[in-house]
Amino acid sequence: MKKVLINFAHPVKSRSKINKALCDAVKGIEGVTLNDLYANYPDFMIDTEREQRLCEEHDIIIFQHPLYWYSTPAIVKEWFDLVLEHGWAYGSMGKALHGKLFFQCISTGADSSSYQPAGYNEYTLKQLLAPVKATAKLCGLVWLPPFAITGVHQGLSADKIENHVNRYKHTIITLRDSLVDVHELSQQDELNVLPTKKEGAK
Amino acid sequence: MESFLLQFFIFLAAAAVSVPIAKKLGLGSVLGYLVAGIVIGPFGGSLIHDVEDIMHFTEFGVVMMLFLVGLELKPSLLWKLKTPILGIGGSQVLLTSVFITLVSIIFLPWQQAIAVGLILSLSSTAIVLQTLQEKGKMKTEAGQSVFAVLLFQDLAVIPMLAIIPLLATLSIAASGQHDSVLFDISHLPAYLQFVVTIGAIAAVLLLGKFASQPVFRIIARTGVREVFVAAALSLVIGTSLLMMMVGLSPALGAFLAGVVLADSEFRHELESDIEPFKGLLLGIFFISIGASLNFTLIGDNMALVLGLAAGLIAIKWVILIAISFVFRIGKKDRGLFAIALAQGGEFAFVLFQVTKSSGVLPVSVIEPLISAVAISMFMAPVMFVVHEKLSKKNVEINHDSKDDEISNHEHRVILAGFGRLGTDIGRFLLSAGIKPVILDHDSYNVEVLRKLGFEVYYGDATRLDLLAAAGASQADMLIVSFADTDATKKLVELANKHYPHLEIVVSARDREATFELMDLGVSNIYKETFGSAIAMGQTVMTNLGVDPYEVHRLKHIFSKKEAQMLPELHQERAQEEKYVSAYKRHHEELEILMNEKNNKNLIELDKAWTAKNPEQ
Repeated sequence: MKKVLINFAHPVKSRSKINKALCDAVKGIEGVTLNDLYANYPDFMIDTEREQRLCEEHDIIIFQHPLYWYSTPAIVKEWFDLVLEHGWAYGSMGKALHGKLFFQCISTGADSSSYQPAGYNEYTLKQLLAPVKATAKLCGLVWLPPFAITGVHQGLSADKIENHVNRYKHTIITLRDSLVDVHELSQQDELNVLPTKKEGAK
Repeated sequence: MESFLLQFFIFLAAAAVSVPIAKKLGLGSVLGYLVAGIVIGPFGGSLIHDVEDIMHFTEFGVVMMLFLVGLELKPSLLWKLKTPILGIGGSQVLLTSVFITLVSIIFLPWQQAIAVGLILSLSSTAIVLQTLQEKGKMKTEAGQSVFAVLLFQDLAVIPMLAIIPLLATLSIAASGQHDSVLFDISHLPAYLQFVVTIGAIAAVLLLGKFASQPVFRIIARTGVREVFVAAALSLVIGTSLLMMMVGLSPALGAFLAGVVLADSEFRHELESDIEPFKGLLLGIFFISIGASLNFTLIGDNMALVLGLAAGLIAIKWVILIAISFVFRIGKKDRGLFAIALAQGGEFAFVLFQVTKSSGVLPVSVIEPLISAVAISMFMAPVMFVVHEKLSKKNVEINHDSKDDEISNHEHRVILAGFGRLGTDIGRFLLSAGIKPVILDHDSYNVEVLRKLGFEVYYGDATRLDLLAAAGASQADMLIVSFADTDATKKLVELANKHYPHLEIVVSARDREATFELMDLGVSNIYKETFGSAIAMGQTVMTNLGVDPYEVHRLKHIFSKKEAQMLPELHQERAQEEKYVSAYKRHHEELEILMNEKNNKNLIELDKAWTAKNPEQ
């Protein structure tokens, strides 16, 4: 069983039903650590050593956050800037993150059709997440496509929220228990729906 | 009594008139005093008598000045200066004496020539140090070298006093040698004399190091200021007496006492207590030099005296320039170094007196030489001014000199008050490598903090002289962390008036104190309990389950809003009628502050940045 670290970043949690639901759901899962960045570092004074230790102790690193201006909330950038040190995360001696799985769980206001070449936002989510993908690659992380929850602005019904929550839990548990071929996953556009061949892949 | 007061009045009045004029003309105070002396002296208005006595008495100003100089020089710094003192100072005295002796030997017997050479090699500590301090040049390379030479000269006076009587060739006139009042050690055998001398120096060092601190502490705790002044004065005078008793220079003794006390917490207090006495005595001393210029003699032997003065300055200047090359004094400092020391000194008057009484030199030789020395001393401040004018042209090119001066100022922050609040401010600044000058008037406090290695000085910071001694003119910032509002206001007013360049950061006891400080135009005011109140509120909210990041933002928004609200309340308060009591006002303000609606507005403000954005 792999250990899962969720670095969660939302500056106004009281105003995000979906993120609250996602957090509540994953809290009880065995092997999952939820690390609320805004709550732990309200003044942005990130404890680099603690964060590095957390990464070292886990095999799967998830960043769960809303998509702000096609990117991460500010504290995630600060986290990258401070925690991903030369000699630890990258560089000839920096191999601490090598081989760990990495993906983002993002919530977006606009719906998925807008994240298409012909759509309102012109770029796909995968394209927009390219800087993070490049970061992961430099650090030797195994990058996976995002778990994306789109169309939040229209309001999500309780059913829809429950659906997302279940899929998120399913994705996390599947990866935790290595029930899926990672290379196959990386070819997908998102992690919301996983390939169906389950038990045999162990 | 009356005549004494009249004399005193004439001296002071002459100084009060001439010094401001001289300063206004950019000539420095020394020149002002000298001119005042000429005006009121026997060849001017003839308003004063007994000039020589006055000169002898006020020579004590030089002793005090060296005590103050010693206070500025920590023993470690003095040790660092040993090469310039022995090297530069030694070669200056030696070369100048030899050269002047060789010139004099053409006109005088060799014994007289040697005496003249020795005496004329000295420069004027009083004029030079006063002028350098006034121009803020003490900490430059030139200033340090000049100081080293002057220090060596003060040391050299002692053997000179011993050697000169041995050169006697004339029948001795009436003995003018002042015997020690207390105890004459010259009757003792030579080895005992030596032991007593060494013992006296050791006594000054040991008493200064170990006994003075506890004594000053006890005196400081009485809280009676003039007693402290009396103690400071008796320290200087006592040291001088002891040194004179064993035949050493009192100036040197005072200097040693100063060095020993340079590390003491009472340093700034001593400095500010002695400073006015020194200033007054030196001023009168300079006046008496001006008054002692014998114009009849100068008029009769115009060519001779002026020639001697010019020759003296020229010889000294040439040798100084040569020394500055040998000891590699920086190019831009050479000029100042040579100009500063190219005059005769006040010790020459003393030593000529000795030559007269011990039959070394005839009056016919002494008189024109004394006049020449006086003229050269008179010329010294003039030469400083000329040098400044000439070198100003080069200043624009030498930008690097400015950086040097800044790096010399260790302390750019003065922290007044080291109590509950000041302690943490001080620790915080020290943690970042910023070393403030700390002033506190609780001597228990000072003692404890000193033991812990803090650089703390005892004294009441609301006194202008202590503020000056702590380096207010060179500092950038003043932190006031007094608990007492009236003392805070007093200090702020004082700093605003005399050191308008100082940026002031001040703690206020409460809202009313904040307003009163705002009345004084202070912009950095911190209500001393506000920070803790907000921090405690933050903990409460977080523990109640409010999102930590939201609490963090609330904290900052609340503080910011508070800061914005203050000027409005301040203005309202100013417009209110004067007879509204402070008590009533306090409660009215409390009502506004605690009004639920106002506080709600505050929180709404926080939500604004997300409220308009849809949920995500």
